[in-house]
Amino acid sequence: MIELEGLTKRYGDKLAVDGLTCTVRPGMVTGFLGPNGAGKSTTMRMMLDLDNPTSGTVRIDGRHYRQLHNPLRTVGALLDAKAIHGGRSAYNHLLCLAQSNGIDAVRVREVLDVVGLTPVARKRAKGFSLGMGQRLGIAAALLGDPQILMFDEPVNGLDPEGIHWIRNLMKSLAAQGRTVFVSSHLMSEMALTAEHLIVIGQGRLLADTSMSEFIAQNSRSFVRMRSPEGERLRDVLSGAGITAVPAADGALEVHGEDAEHLGELAARHRITLHELSPQRASLEEAFMRLTAGAVEYHAHPNHQARPPEAGWGADWQKKGS
Amino acid sequence: MAVAAQVLRSEWTKVRSVRSTVWTLGVAVLVTVGLGALISKLAGDDYDKLSVREKFTFDPTFISFAGMGLGQLALIVFGVLVIANEYSTGMIRTSLAAVPQRGVFLFSKITVATLLALVIGMATSFLTFFLGQAMLGDHRAYLGDPGVLRAVIGGGLYMALITMFSMGVAAMLRSPMLSLGILMPFFFLISNILQGVSATRKVAHYLPDKAGQKVMQVIPGTDETPYGPWGGLGIMVLWVVAALLGGYAVLKRRDA
Ligand SMILES: Nc1ncnc2c1ncn2[C@@H]1O[C@H](COP(=O)(O)OP(=O)(O)OP(=O)(O)O)[C@@H](O)[C@H]1O
Ligand SMILES: [Mg+2]
Repeated sequence: MIELEGLTKRYGDKLAVDGLTCTVRPGMVTGFLGPNGAGKSTTMRMMLDLDNPTSGTVRIDGRHYRQLHNPLRTVGALLDAKAIHGGRSAYNHLLCLAQSNGIDAVRVREVLDVVGLTPVARKRAKGFSLGMGQRLGIAAALLGDPQILMFDEPVNGLDPEGIHWIRNLMKSLAAQGRTVFVSSHLMSEMALTAEHLIVIGQGRLLADTSMSEFIAQNSRSFVRMRSPEGERLRDVLSGAGITAVPAADGALEVHGEDAEHLGELAARHRITLHELSPQRASLEEAFMRLTAGAVEYHAHPNHQARPPEAGWGADWQKKGS
Repeated sequence: MAVAAQVLRSEWTKVRSVRSTVWTLGVAVLVTVGLGALISKLAGDDYDKLSVREKFTFDPTFISFAGMGLGQLALIVFGVLVIANEYSTGMIRTSLAAVPQRGVFLFSKITVATLLALVIGMATSFLTFFLGQAMLGDHRAYLGDPGVLRAVIGGGLYMALITMFSMGVAAMLRSPMLSLGILMPFFFLISNILQGVSATRKVAHYLPDKAGQKVMQVIPGTDETPYGPWGGLGIMVLWVVAALLGGYAVLKRRDA
């Protein structure tokens, strides 16, 4: 179990992490989500005592990271797969880590086997591909057979097979009762692996919720209606006690009604419809709406990450935080 | 302490598993011994052309260490790479996650590299002495002569200390390029220039390398130093302690 309390990190006048309080629980994969620059990596570095928090604390099973005896046996982390000396072989890289924590050399061979690097164990890490480097980082995280695992964007740069492998690995680690904390900026990725979600934007906590709750809240279906008589359609709908939210392209979005009912209603009032389509909001959209106010590096939007227009995104944001 | 023993083993694995260890130390031995032998040969051949005064201060032991001025640069590279490569590769984060007690981490690393430099330095010092004396022929010194054994052992200690000093500086600067960019010209040029100019000679006496090299002299030269051989080495030790404390303070306080 990892507990963050008021965790804050300031770089100069920039608040990278801003009063983060949350708990990462064992027995499940917890997704740590946020757009680029949200402060995910900074938070993880503070968890490992690499960066000093400006204020606040991190407790790992009730203790400070520095107080852990042989920390690799309690926490295994993959922060940056490139954080190795390229001149050292995979085997020696893992061996020096193992020795520093009193882990038997036999275990080095085991983890090399688990990640499938045995054939290149004696090769210098310099020549490794992105995926091999990632696997070596994961081997290092697994080395001490720790109860807590942390991965910072582990699927970055992996091929589909590698991604599949990591997903299953994380799920099986969680199923063994371990705490698995994994960061990502892809909601769709988290939807497949995480049971719990912690969302941050600009260093602040935006949501701390179970995945199923997030899906229930956000993947609600709605119906898109488009008509040349938009005004009249709206009046008819509101006359029937149905609220319609105008979308950007002039269509109307109706929540909580099925398409059949809406179609019949329009027909009764002889309104021509050009579109009547049931939709499902993607989780990715939900995530973007949630973090839209806290995205640091906009790619001059307009099409995708539109700021919430008083939709359920903004509403949910209030509820979640 | 069990933790320290584990970390020492780990740091030994680190140091022996990268190629730079072999080539830096190898170059240090080759250059020191090779250049020492060459200069000893030349000095021995030219002995008869020396003035009376020069013959009086002729120091065969010190001459055989003539290669150390260049050879020490390879040791500096070794010391810098041991520390600063952790930063340039990003390995430091992996290392500190494994050993969050930063003092234990740094001093284990320094202990391992120093012991290695000491063993190599002692061997080099004896080797360059014997080879150099063989080249000097009739004008040679013997290990049993007064002060000679002290000078040869001092040569080995000097090589270990210069490595330690480099490690301290690298721990403060955290970048191999920056550390080498400062240390190499300093020890190869600046310190010699300061010693060569009469106005700055008094200051140069207290530089780590100039003070430390005093221990390798058997016949006192023309320029008087306000300290003896061990006093000189003591001054160098003070520099080393200061550099290591500075390095420790930086590692302790800063984000990795
Ligand atoms: N050492 C540092 N010095 C100054 N600013 C920093 C430092 N490290 C991070 N930052 C800033 O802190 C903020 C958070 O960065 P961080 O790397 O934690 O984000 P992230 O959520 O991991 O992003 P990404 O998804 O791109 O990996 C960024 O604005 C970044 O520029
Ligand atoms: Mg990051």
